Amino acid sequence: MRTSATRIVLAFAFVLAALPLAAQTGTIKIGAILGVTGPASNLGAPEAKTLEMLVEQTNATGGLLGRKVELILKDSGASPEKAISFARQLIEEEQVLAIIGPSTSGESMKVKDICEESQAILLSCAAAETIVKPVAKWVFKTPQNDSFAVIWIYRYLKERGLTKIGVVASNTGFGNGGKAQLEKYAPEYGIEILIAEVYDKEATDLTGVLTKLKAKEVQAVVNWSIEPAQSLVAKNLRQLGMTAPLLQSHGFGNIKYVEAAGQAAEGIIFPCGRLLVSGVLPAGHPQKRLLENYKKQYETRFKEDVSTFGGHAYDAFTILAEAIKRAGSADKAKVRDAIENLKGFAGTAGIFNFSAADHNGLDLSSFEMLTVKNGKFALLQ
Amino acid sequence: MPFDQILQYFLAGITEGAIYAVIAIGFNIIYNTTGIINFAQGEFLVLGGMIAVTLSAILPLPLAIVLAVAATMAVGALVDLVFIRWLASPSVLRLVVITIGVSILLREGMLHVWDEKVRALRNFTGSEISSVRLLGAYIAPQALWVLGIAAVIVVALALFFRFTLMGRAMRACAANRTAARLCGINTRWMVTLSFCLSAGIGALAGCALSPLTQTQYDMGAPLAIKGFTVAILGGLGNSMAAVAAGLILGLLEVFSISLLPLAYKDAVSLAVLLIVLFLRPGGLFGRLEAQRLKEF
Repeated sequence: MRTSATRIVLAFAFVLAALPLAAQTGTIKIGAILGVTGPASNLGAPEAKTLEMLVEQTNATGGLLGRKVELILKDSGASPEKAISFARQLIEEEQVLAIIGPSTSGESMKVKDICEESQAILLSCAAAETIVKPVAKWVFKTPQNDSFAVIWIYRYLKERGLTKIGVVASNTGFGNGGKAQLEKYAPEYGIEILIAEVYDKEATDLTGVLTKLKAKEVQAVVNWSIEPAQSLVAKNLRQLGMTAPLLQSHGFGNIKYVEAAGQAAEGIIFPCGRLLVSGVLPAGHPQKRLLENYKKQYETRFKEDVSTFGGHAYDAFTILAEAIKRAGSADKAKVRDAIENLKGFAGTAGIFNFSAADHNGLDLSSFEMLTVKNGKFALLQ
Repeated sequence: MPFDQILQYFLAGITEGAIYAVIAIGFNIIYNTTGIINFAQGEFLVLGGMIAVTLSAILPLPLAIVLAVAATMAVGALVDLVFIRWLASPSVLRLVVITIGVSILLREGMLHVWDEKVRALRNFTGSEISSVRLLGAYIAPQALWVLGIAAVIVVALALFFRFTLMGRAMRACAANRTAARLCGINTRWMVTLSFCLSAGIGALAGCALSPLTQTQYDMGAPLAIKGFTVAILGGLGNSMAAVAAGLILGLLEVFSISLLPLAYKDAVSLAVLLIVLFLRPGGLFGRLEAQRLKEF
């Protein structure tokens, strides 16, 4: 009897002694929920690759605060249901410091509440403004706001006197969010939306709906999606003999879509971060060195073109790493405060200036207007 | 609505309909010989497209397509040899579940061999921006290619099933497998052949569709669902009916778009499918008596 009682006491002592020790010297666990496969794989796959690359680099150079970083990556396949259960798993079982992702706006909105309830840091890689508006204490996002893209597009259209437009958007969180912003800002810029339609995210042909736009004689077409349908819109538009300019959202920032659309991609105009045109930035630009480094590292390692989506994961990780360094600990609350106080931090999407009221930290200047020229992205002249 | 707009909707409907039709044909062959619906048909389509896209980088387009079709036929035969053939007397339900399993296997396999990125085969003629002008309306040349290929497949199949010994043997196998076996027909090889054939037709359809719909590892299921709908709408087992039903559905969807928001497109096509199945359970062109003879 005595021996077993001693054992229990000893075991307790060990556990008690081990607990704070593990918290101080163990690895820093970072979770990620990304749509590596499925309809958002053009976002999730480069995001996952970027995170793996960054975590390896960080650990090779001594980790954070002298501790190794452990990445726990979950593939949600862009399914909100999976994202929810992965979020619970990461927070409750793995007890991660923070979650990077999800890739899509729909998933992010579902995970937002879970993170807020259980006080876990979320750094979303999705664009919809509603993720950080209204501000949730524990939720941040790294891509630029939809409304910035809308304002850039409307300024461009207004300058050229193209005021009667048609809008098509995919039936996803991103598509619906963008459509709502387009409708909200239209009166302010004197733009009239003659027709706005929503298509299925797995659409394989959009000739029908574009015929409807053609019949309305729109002066420009604005498409809002992140799926391969972005290339379909471009092809079907030209195949219908329409000459109206096509403007896309910042979701078009992946050269694969240009390749899939071939010649139909020529002349597409869209607002985007500077990652895709880092080569032509002036030498002193605060983002230039970082963009070129990331581009070189990613492209030599994965033998594929860099995309803005991978950039959003890059920003999420570097912001988190910087905040951990500044906080000097891996305590959730301290790291959260450090992110909120981060100012003038250069990322791939722009210069981040976080505050208690702004958990995105970017402004209009984070975008440039790009176009497609000879199968490549170029700055719009 | 002015005439050129009506014509434009009509041509858009033909484009969508051609896509549905060419997918639906593939379902009918395996159904005819085995009485089962092959739920991996969509994956055959994607596999054909994927192989052709890869090969077209180093080979001329026609050769790439021929090799893609041949390779996919081999995969189709393999599916039968590995998963179907050794079953003594499988129930229809069991076979259907097997084909669903095969579809998942093929999909994940393609994700590993290729990746998650979207690809597109070059247009057979012209480029992504060329279109044929017809009385003030436009249609993509590739849509005409798809229609043409669907027509060639239907005619070739009709000739094959009517006039060749092998085709007749397959029909015999469909009508009554035991009787066919008694006549000396190797029914097992006929099933293999039907998998081969429908995989090949799926791959050819996949190549023809790739410039229009693009090719991605996981798009087999959504394509197959539409093709399956069309096959049922026309009457299972009849390729000619599948083409007609495909075009009807395509036109119906496009004209529904012209009046209603796009979001109701699938609701309209499903409502029509339900009405047709209530009024004519054998499909638009099918005979119920003929279908009662099947197990499924």
